[in-house]
Amino acid sequence: MLDSADVLSALHLVYTIYSVAIILLFGWLAFKLTGGKAKGLLRPKLFYSYVALLVFIGVTIHILTFNTIPWVSNDLKRNEIKPEQTFHIEVADHKFILPQKKLMIQCGKTVLFDLDSKDLTYGFGLVRHDESLVFQIQVVPGSKNTLLWQFHKNGTYNIRSTEYSGPKGASMKVDGAVEVVGCKDTDPRAS
Amino acid sequence: MSFVNEFVNGNEGGLKHEGLTPVQKVTLRTVVVGLLFYGLTAIEGMMMRVQEIEPFLGTDHFFSVMTVHPIVGIFGSTYLIVFGAFVFLVPYLMKKPLYSIRIANITWVLIALGALTSWSAGFLFSYAPLYTLYWPLPVDFNQFMPAAALIFVLGIAFIMIGTVLFIFNIFATVFYTERGHEKRPIKPLVLSALGIDGLLNLLRKLRKKPPYSKDPAVSLPVAAIFRGSIDTLFDAFVILSVGVLLLVYIIAKMTGTSMDASSIDALLYKNWFWWGLDLIADGLVLIYVAGAWYLLASLITGKKLYMENVARAALLIELIVSWGVWSHHLLSDQAQPNMMKLASGEMITAFELVTQGIAIFVTLVTLWSARPLKMTNPLKFLLGGMLGFALAVPAGILQADLGLNRILHNTQWIIGPHVHVAILVGLTMTLHSAIYLLFPILTNGGKLWSQKLANFHFWAHLLGGIGMGAFMGMAGLDGMLRRSWYVNGEFNTYMILAGICGAFLLFAWIAFIFNIVMSVGLKGLIGIFLPSKLKTKDTLPEAA
Ligand code: HEM
Repeated sequence: MLDSADVLSALHLVYTIYSVAIILLFGWLAFKLTGGKAKGLLRPKLFYSYVALLVFIGVTIHILTFNTIPWVSNDLKRNEIKPEQTFHIEVADHKFILPQKKLMIQCGKTVLFDLDSKDLTYGFGLVRHDESLVFQIQVVPGSKNTLLWQFHKNGTYNIRSTEYSGPKGASMKVDGAVEVVGCKDTDPRAS
Repeated sequence: MSFVNEFVNGNEGGLKHEGLTPVQKVTLRTVVVGLLFYGLTAIEGMMMRVQEIEPFLGTDHFFSVMTVHPIVGIFGSTYLIVFGAFVFLVPYLMKKPLYSIRIANITWVLIALGALTSWSAGFLFSYAPLYTLYWPLPVDFNQFMPAAALIFVLGIAFIMIGTVLFIFNIFATVFYTERGHEKRPIKPLVLSALGIDGLLNLLRKLRKKPPYSKDPAVSLPVAAIFRGSIDTLFDAFVILSVGVLLLVYIIAKMTGTSMDASSIDALLYKNWFWWGLDLIADGLVLIYVAGAWYLLASLITGKKLYMENVARAALLIELIVSWGVWSHHLLSDQAQPNMMKLASGEMITAFELVTQGIAIFVTLVTLWSARPLKMTNPLKFLLGGMLGFALAVPAGILQADLGLNRILHNTQWIIGPHVHVAILVGLTMTLHSAIYLLFPILTNGGKLWSQKLANFHFWAHLLGGIGMGAFMGMAGLDGMLRRSWYVNGEFNTYMILAGICGAFLLFAWIAFIFNIVMSVGLKGLIGIFLPSKLKTKDTLPEAA
């Protein structure tokens, strides 16, 4: 099962290849523009095919991620799915108030994080010990801020506020707040 | 000629400001002040860059710099440079006088004053709610002084009033009939300014009928300016409305009345504010930029634009698309309805790939059709600008995806490869292309002091901008959040590299300004702020 580290590595690779390709293309164009001789205009057919390609890419990206990134469909259907574990977390005065000192999670269980801000807009993110992100959501006061998640690797994670809530909230963090147990695999960046 | 002499009098006699028309002067004033604000933005940017390597500022100070940096950058710099250029281009392209030179002068003064006022709220009183103003942070008086909030809001109000005046001036210039001229009919002007004529031409072509209008009433760049200004206007109203709300809370606090922040729905507020704010990023910037590319391409090549009707229609689509994309900023807000996330956040947003892709393609083919071209400063900066958007738009489309946003939102990815590459490489290089192109026209034949410095400006800016974005992006993919710094040096390698690239950007600006000052001379520079001796409403002096 893909996790955030896999998706981010894939994104890193794809975007790097794209960036290098487009920079080279512009370099080549810049070089070519100063030489040669124009031979008439490009046929409109080519132009419309290019536009169709852009539409295709724009739509396909989302279809592709919907079918490959595991958390998307659960997220969209989270109001219909009954969670196996629920954690109500309050955020107030730049602090996370956890229901237990450490949130223990069983591997593969559907977990609902239910966040409630009593004052400002915050963020709720889970990070590994090397700071890489597992997920994040916004915690908006007066709104229902829930996230359904399944963990497939053992590990201990820190909670971080991923939204700025004023200078007082600059380092809102709870170390080792979440622990996942019972999986075959262990997250090497979270142990 | 000695260096000091050149510095004072300029290159080959420098700028003879006595020969400038009032429109040339107001344009130059607006652009010069915008360029100075850009320098302030870059200095602030470098302060933050250093902080993210080796913290040297206190928390309050760091975040107040981060609050004013985009205000000064977007309004003080970008708005002024763009507005300055358009105040010249609209009358120049429409071959009729600017509606009001006085309003154009009030515009730049108000915006500059507003940017300085908001900046002082951060500089003097450490006001730091950041430009996103998430409710109820701007009125959290446990963290900020009410007086600081008041100063900040007043500054923004000045900027927005200046903006509304600019739009009025542009719209009036498009539609009014100058004295002595036969009455200009409004209907073709409206249809053309909105791009409806392009759409009708396309539809009639499909039905094999003659075009609706062979000679559009408004040229394509002016149509782009007009359409972008519609977004600018909506955005000004939204920001003003938020300002009024903040003002109510600030005044209540100052007069000892307590007002409950929870009476405002934070999510609804966020939707409203982002709808307006996004009209800048995904509306007027993209539309103005596309218009600028079309103009630059036709001026550089002297040729008609490839697929002009499609480009006209695409600008109209871009305007409509820009009204429906704001939810991509709320993909991590779980109470935002799924339908809004899917439709506005993902699908409508994906159309920006199409509209911006069309603009790049049309511009490139137009350039290609005029080969061989000389690699002038306007051409190379234009190519740099298009490359910036070719990098930043796909980065944006990727983060506007439900799956990827879960792990990209609020990381350095957003603010690096997307925001700074779009602003610094895409937008700024486009603006610099226009400045290099218009420089001789606006200065009545002024000559650039050093081509070597212009080359340095280009390479340092391009490599600095792309490099800074890339290293911020890599840090973001490794989990580094934006609006944070890490005390244990977790991301130091990336931040040092981003810092070096940031320094390139700052040096590029210094080289550019130095080159401009040496070209026009200090006397010429000061002279543009003196009243024009020519009593004319014409855009250019008669001899030009
Ligand atoms: C010229 C050199 C520039 C440098 C070195 C620079 C650097 C930075 C840095 C370090 C940050 C903080 C990133 C973070 O950790 O969250 C930042 C944020 C930002 N910058 Fe720049 N910047 C530059 C120019 C500009 C310009 C010209 C604009 C706008 C026209 C701009 C718009 C922004 C915005 C909107 C933010 C986000 C602020 C926030 O998160 O509230 N920057 N910049």
